[in-house]
Amino acid sequence: MSYRQARYEVPLILGLEDTVAEEGPESELPESLLREELRIPNLRESQVTRHYFRLSQMNFGVDTGFYPLGSCTMKHTPKILERVASSPKARFLHPEQDWSTVQGALQVLYELQGMLATLGGVRSVTLQPAAGAHGEFTGLLIARAYHEDNGEKRTQVVLPDSAHGTNPASAAMMGFDVIEIQSKEGRVDLSALENAVGEKTAAFMITNPNTLGLFESDILEIARIVHDAGAVLYYDGANLNAIMGRTNPGKMRFDIVHFNLHKTFATPHGGGGPGAGPIGVVDRLDEFLPVPVVAHDGERYYLEYDRPKSVGKVRSFLGNFGVLLKAYAYIKLRGGDGLKRIADRAVLNSNYLSSRLEGVLDIPYNGLRKHEFVASASGLKERGVRAKDVCKRLIDFGFHPPTAYFPQLVDEALMIEPTESETKETLDRFADVMREIVNEDPETTRNAPHNASVKRVDEVAAGRKPVLSFKMMGR
Amino acid sequence: MDSEDEMLRSLGMESINELFEDIPEDVRIEEIGLPPGKSEMEVLNEVEAVLSKNKSIKEMPAFLGGGVYNHYVPSLVDEILSRSEFYTSYTPYQPEASQGMLQALFEYQSMICELTGMEAANTSMYDWSTAIGEAALMAARLTRKREIIVPRAMHWDKHSVLANYCKGPGVRVRAFDYDKETGKMDTEHLRSLVSDETAGVYFESPNFFGVIEDELDVVKDVSGDAMLIAGVNPISLALLKPPGDHGADIVVGEGQMLGSYPSFGGPLLGIFACLQKHVRKMPGRVIGITEDADGDRAFCMTLQTREQHIRREKATSNICSNESLMAIASAVYISVLGRNGLRKVANECGKRTREAMKRIRSLDDFLAPAFAAEHFNEFVVKSKVSYDAVHRHLLHSGIHGGLPLKSHFPELEESALFAFTEMHTTSDIDRLVWALEGVR
Repeated sequence: MSYRQARYEVPLILGLEDTVAEEGPESELPESLLREELRIPNLRESQVTRHYFRLSQMNFGVDTGFYPLGSCTMKHTPKILERVASSPKARFLHPEQDWSTVQGALQVLYELQGMLATLGGVRSVTLQPAAGAHGEFTGLLIARAYHEDNGEKRTQVVLPDSAHGTNPASAAMMGFDVIEIQSKEGRVDLSALENAVGEKTAAFMITNPNTLGLFESDILEIARIVHDAGAVLYYDGANLNAIMGRTNPGKMRFDIVHFNLHKTFATPHGGGGPGAGPIGVVDRLDEFLPVPVVAHDGERYYLEYDRPKSVGKVRSFLGNFGVLLKAYAYIKLRGGDGLKRIADRAVLNSNYLSSRLEGVLDIPYNGLRKHEFVASASGLKERGVRAKDVCKRLIDFGFHPPTAYFPQLVDEALMIEPTESETKETLDRFADVMREIVNEDPETTRNAPHNASVKRVDEVAAGRKPVLSFKMMGR
Repeated sequence: MDSEDEMLRSLGMESINELFEDIPEDVRIEEIGLPPGKSEMEVLNEVEAVLSKNKSIKEMPAFLGGGVYNHYVPSLVDEILSRSEFYTSYTPYQPEASQGMLQALFEYQSMICELTGMEAANTSMYDWSTAIGEAALMAARLTRKREIIVPRAMHWDKHSVLANYCKGPGVRVRAFDYDKETGKMDTEHLRSLVSDETAGVYFESPNFFGVIEDELDVVKDVSGDAMLIAGVNPISLALLKPPGDHGADIVVGEGQMLGSYPSFGGPLLGIFACLQKHVRKMPGRVIGITEDADGDRAFCMTLQTREQHIRREKATSNICSNESLMAIASAVYISVLGRNGLRKVANECGKRTREAMKRIRSLDDFLAPAFAAEHFNEFVVKSKVSYDAVHRHLLHSGIHGGLPLKSHFPELEESALFAFTEMHTTSDIDRLVWALEGVR
């Protein structure tokens, strides 16, 4: 079975001629305030429908096929989530409504705070952050406020070289110096950690399992080192899908945890967003959470603002409610037993696929994987084939490429996360295709894709002289 | 399940537990602590039962705005957003597989540029407030200065978010006042705050009070070398002069009005656009045009060396997941309304607003608008009786009044911000006026 993506030449909307007659503006505002022209065409609904319909057909989603994009947890989104979120009782709520009129919405948020706190093994949760990176920002804001409250000025955030790019970026944004420590055999090097942390350390950020898919088995020792230095231990929740029902961040002695609801709880990814990145914290950090916290007094739900040490707000209103509602429904649907089965199957799929790819690609770091693993295409270099080429070639077979060239610890990295959604048959097929690709005429691989809506895209040219709008096209 | 057993056997394992042997005993948990799963039907019933406790703004006339507005969402927007090729995809890292999303986002960027008069736009920030935060940081990067000046007349959430975004790099935030008569910005106060230290000056028009600022050329002049940052309601730009005409360097705003539901305040859509000369300092994902190997037009993410996944701690921002799907909603909204539709929506907002203003003004207990100026789609109503009592009386009458302002603008006393869109019918306004009449 090969795959052919739709291919249309779809002209840009702004370049289209009017197909509906102009109606004159009739504003009562003073002429001096009004704009002279608005270059947006008047089109028929039928034209616009076909335009975006065709664009959708030129896009690959999880519903199209296997999407093993490592660290992104591209799992199936149960269709009930879309139905729930489209309820008029959710969509037509204004964020400034009186509490008495939004008791249902507040109940959803209150209960979701509780569910996530349980899953995270933490005291309390804020749902305000809109994405994982925004959660990191919020978590570090809390860490900063906590240290300042203790009269300490801690200026550094330590993280391993395998960390997601958002970790150092969030730390820098929050004004911290970033100290990166080298991994040892794919895991945190305890002596390097011991040397790196000290009285300047505000936080140590890691994900567990890490981005190589390896569980940091020394986690309690890591926690001890970090806590002895007076720093907080931050859990990047991108890889939470691997451990639900087996362990939790609180049990691993993390102090701050973020959750990626669009990953672990399938809300889904929306072509890049919206997501949601709630933060959970342990007891001693609770008072620093953003306001408001959704609370319940036994009778009614309300928003608690009276938290003098709160960091304030990181986003308007209460967070991405539509996304939060989907995660709420997902957790109810799967339940505790289902979430554990999800982790089990995600880890089984990962280990199974990894074993099927042995002998096809190099797979550094022996041993058990968790939800993902990193293969290396470096063995193909001598044939003039790069990881990137393999990625593009996979599209021809109806697979979305894995995450490539990350983590940087692995040369020509292909980071593969199958998720629990895939069947054994799909994984077998993927392994077979990979074998076919590494053995085919390198020319075919280098010129891939052949079956996508476009041929190999020249990304370098795009950056040389960026054209980012219709206007910049000189139109 | 047979295949699971088969997979385990091929790994030389008998039990799934063997896959978790690398998790040390002392961090394992016995119980996950959540109740068991339920069927789809049960979950739907349960969630609907919880949501039924809400009283939506479809069930009562509501006059809330302040950054989120209830505009009509055309059916086509829902239809396109339900295409799961879009909503189950992720950031288009692999352009060959994702041309549809890439082109749609490029169209969004282009439309935002047309509306704002900017040359480049990114594919979104989380919301308006975080877009202001990012704009302040960008201004600091561009000017290597450490102070940003913003209106005091700005939603309190934005003040708080901005303060948090500025905390890291140590950017100071100062606020200029508004004219107590007109509600417009106090340009003299602004002038007194601008100095050699100023990285950026931020203003909103229509401003938080719904007032259209008409001295924007003065603001450009007053701002000198600082970056001029405008905050917009994009619907208003169907009629109003774009900030680009007033010399803005960066334009931010809320895009929820363009095809997204109020949704209890999220997902929203942070608009972020700027002049071409600033793009390399811009945060967020941007889509550019290029060619494929056959020389055909193609789209891809570009300027990625500004971003966290490449540049790590030296990135212009930490943003990764954004609000792309809402950007698609906006592109579809603008496309299907066209110039005609956008102007019509903006005009209808204005008409409703003026009609309501006139009628509320005729009531003895209310001053409307509180400020003598041109307004767009909302205005401040000042009450002679406690606004809290008015608010409760309206709710009791099945109406949701405006946004109470007293706790954040004590000088405005018993006031609230009332917003109007094309969704408000004459009978909604009738009901509001009658209810206000009956306050005493």
